[in-house]
Amino acid sequence: MMRRLWLMFAAIACLALPLGYAAAQTADETSMADTQLADPAQEAEAKALMESLRCLTCQSQSIADSDAEMAVDMRHLVRSRMQAGESPEDIRQWLIERYGDYISYAPEAGGITWPLYAIPAVLVLLALGLLVRRLRRS
Amino acid sequence: MNRWAFYIPLALFALFVGLAGYQLTQPKADEIPSRMVGKPLPAFELPPGRADGAPVTNAAFTDGQPRLLNIWATWCLPCIAEAPHLESLKEAGAPIVGIAIRDTQEDIAAFLAEHGDPYTGIAIDERSSVQLAIGSSGVPETFVIDGQGIIRHQHIGDIRERDVPLILEKLREAGE
Amino acid sequence: MTAEIGLAALWMAAALCMLQFIAGALATRSEGNDIGALTRPAAIVQGLLALTAFACLLWLFAITDLSVKLVATNSHSEKPMIYKLTGAWGNHEGSMLLWVAVMALSGAAIGALEKRLPERTIQAVLAAQGAVGVGFYAFLIGSSNPFERLPSPAAQGAGLNPLLQDWGLAFHPPTLYIGYVGLSVAFSFVVGALITRQVNPDFARAMRPWVLGAWVFLTLGIAAGSWWAYYELGWGGWWFWDPVENASLMPWLAATALLHSVTVLAARDALRTWTVMLGVVAFSMSMLGTFIVRSGVLTSVHSFAVDPERGVFILILLALYIGGALALFAWRASSIAEGKRFAVASRETALVFNNIMLCAILGVVLLGTLYPLMAEAAGDRVSIGPPYFNPVSAVFALPMFAVMAVGPILRWRQDSARRISKGVIVLAAVGVVTALAGALLSDAGILPILGLAFAAVIAVAAVMPLYGRKLSRTPMATWGMVLAHFGVAVALFGMASESGFSKETLAAVSAGESAQIGPYEVTLEGVEPLAGPNWTALEARLSASDGGDAVILRPQSRTFVQPVQTTTESALLNRWDGQLYAVLGQAAGDGRWQLRLWWKPFVAMIWYGSLLIALGGILAAVGHIRRSRRRKALEVRLAEQEADLLLVRRQEEAMA
Repeated sequence: MMRRLWLMFAAIACLALPLGYAAAQTADETSMADTQLADPAQEAEAKALMESLRCLTCQSQSIADSDAEMAVDMRHLVRSRMQAGESPEDIRQWLIERYGDYISYAPEAGGITWPLYAIPAVLVLLALGLLVRRLRRS
Repeated sequence: MNRWAFYIPLALFALFVGLAGYQLTQPKADEIPSRMVGKPLPAFELPPGRADGAPVTNAAFTDGQPRLLNIWATWCLPCIAEAPHLESLKEAGAPIVGIAIRDTQEDIAAFLAEHGDPYTGIAIDERSSVQLAIGSSGVPETFVIDGQGIIRHQHIGDIRERDVPLILEKLREAGE
Repeated sequence: MTAEIGLAALWMAAALCMLQFIAGALATRSEGNDIGALTRPAAIVQGLLALTAFACLLWLFAITDLSVKLVATNSHSEKPMIYKLTGAWGNHEGSMLLWVAVMALSGAAIGALEKRLPERTIQAVLAAQGAVGVGFYAFLIGSSNPFERLPSPAAQGAGLNPLLQDWGLAFHPPTLYIGYVGLSVAFSFVVGALITRQVNPDFARAMRPWVLGAWVFLTLGIAAGSWWAYYELGWGGWWFWDPVENASLMPWLAATALLHSVTVLAARDALRTWTVMLGVVAFSMSMLGTFIVRSGVLTSVHSFAVDPERGVFILILLALYIGGALALFAWRASSIAEGKRFAVASRETALVFNNIMLCAILGVVLLGTLYPLMAEAAGDRVSIGPPYFNPVSAVFALPMFAVMAVGPILRWRQDSARRISKGVIVLAAVGVVTALAGALLSDAGILPILGLAFAAVIAVAAVMPLYGRKLSRTPMATWGMVLAHFGVAVALFGMASESGFSKETLAAVSAGESAQIGPYEVTLEGVEPLAGPNWTALEARLSASDGGDAVILRPQSRTFVQPVQTTTESALLNRWDGQLYAVLGQAAGDGRWQLRLWWKPFVAMIWYGSLLIALGGILAAVGHIRRSRRRKALEVRLAEQEADLLLVRRQEEAMA
């Protein structure tokens, strides 16, 4: 229903800066935010990481899908650190240490999130059990 | 099948309605608090925000004196609203170090000329690197740093008049 | 005056809805009264009145009557007529009126047309429909009156967000509503059948067209929304697992499961309780979706278009209807006789297995969507996104695809593994060869390659039920299934190849420079300013060439005035084997421009596949309706012949 409007409003909220300002801000050429890494495999890893990090100033968007200034800076952080040799998971952990689980779209199976993985497994076992019992009786 | 099993969906649904109802009455928590409170400032060195200023490093926070670290920017509207209250914090004796996000020396000079200058030192954080390193998720935010460079308190959003006493209190506590 | 007529029609419709509910409910309580006879006429007149109310609203928007609050806040006299009309439902109040009107019309259709079920069951169904309707009328009239007048007319309307003036956005919401309403009708059937204990194949056949219809509309609605996100948001993504997206996916998953279990019930009289349960679940998912989207309970930063008060109202309705239905289910389910049994190797088993898998996926999406809410109640904040949804739902989706391939070639009730072994070997060979080819020839991840393999398997399996049949005599419903399953294969192929083989190039180029993307060389010829009616834009001229003639693409960065918004207007180049997707980013200050370029092989298959799925659903619905018409006509003829025979015999007796 209104879901598209929402995504769109979120996108707008992230973009709601006059163009002139945005232009001034990207003048510095050293930003790695939108410069792909030379190694395609490393770039793919960086891309996957950026798609699973939450833009803090947007509503429900990853930093890979946002032009919000802070998302741009976080893309710079990810790409420059990966280029310096850090692993994607190290960078994720570094961010989680600062912002908590909220910043990562990839919930870890542990702590408060274990039911996310346990509940579906239990449900399916239960359902399959019922099915098997039913078939045995017939 | 046990006939009580047919009540399980109802029970689960009741749980959901309870949860959703409870959440509707709760104020929306849309702040993302920093996990760095209680930890030392990460190492950094940022270029000066004033033409005649000096670079700002984390070492500047370890001289035994507690300080406020204000994350702000000249392009941020709430920062203008916050300016007078930063001024009153300064008058109450709080040393304030400003970190201006994605800013330029010219913009900063113009902003300070218009809205006052409460800062003992200003740095420019061009790529939000320090902001990200201390777990700040927006501008403006204000951190209380004790004399050993440990982050003691985080204030999210612009400082209103009613927030001033609490921040002074946190600053005093950090000095003990 | 029109607004008052509309409001009056709405009140009268609400009163008739109440009558329909009370009369139907009384009729089920005691035998031998004929108060239930009121329900059908009440439903029909209610439908007409609700339609009148909605027509009034359309008229008010068409003439831009600025004395009406809703028009003044959502429309503008300078808008094109088509967007004036679509603006009528592009807001909370109007969309609720549309919802209610469609629901009332569905009730009227049942009242006027449904003749297969026992009268008492129909009355119970209409009573349930009335009960649901009363809540929505109360919501509409009580807290979301679309006909409210302003104390003094506004000088000019506030206008509609320019971005909402878009074909996709104008028709995507009502398509979803119609789907939701269809599920509410299925829900009423289920409640009616529970009350009169008539859970049987006749009930399933009566309910099936509604489920199919709802499912077709949901499919189209989701596909349209996904397409809109793809070309409008400018990041090349088509599904983000956003809570609001999930809110529309969950009813679809439930409806898909329901559709298949209804088929088992209609054909084989099995899965009685399960079908009833799914009917309740499907409607509760559409209510839940409405709740999530309108209450704002799952969004944090932006609080527009949502209203916690509305959230409370929807939650109360949700609690009443779904709680009531689940209580009725718990109370009655044990008294529903178990349906017919079936062997392990049978089409029923395949359908049950896939029902379970669909429900498991539904459970995963539901859990992942609501988990942040639960975590928040526990004082923590988490984000659940693609890294959770993709692999966890794939764990259930892949076995489901495998069984989906085999199911249609299995016979009902009992079959032997031996009989279908040849078909299974062919399918397995297709799958293994595709997977191996994908793994050897590309560096795509495991999920895309499995997706490709299953797409190939399902595509072959989809047409297998036609094997050995005389095509001209194959029932329309079978064609529907074939087409829909083939559509799943096509869509899956598009998804897998998009996620496995997309290429991305981010480049900062000045005029005259080129960037390479997939098979294309893209040259920036220049960037020009451009002015539209209510926006200004920077438009890039890109020439794209894969060795042949160059094609010009014109992506824009558009800035709307009032309110100031910047949007990216992507430019697409369609080829049979994929799409070139170009976005103009920001200026780099030194005369260079940031370009985002994607080559997305076969991405359009996602939406073509969805269209095939919907078309299959339509074919199946038409086929079933026609067949039951024919059956009805046959029954009537048989009855007539019997009556004639009886008459002849009586005459003979009298003569003797």
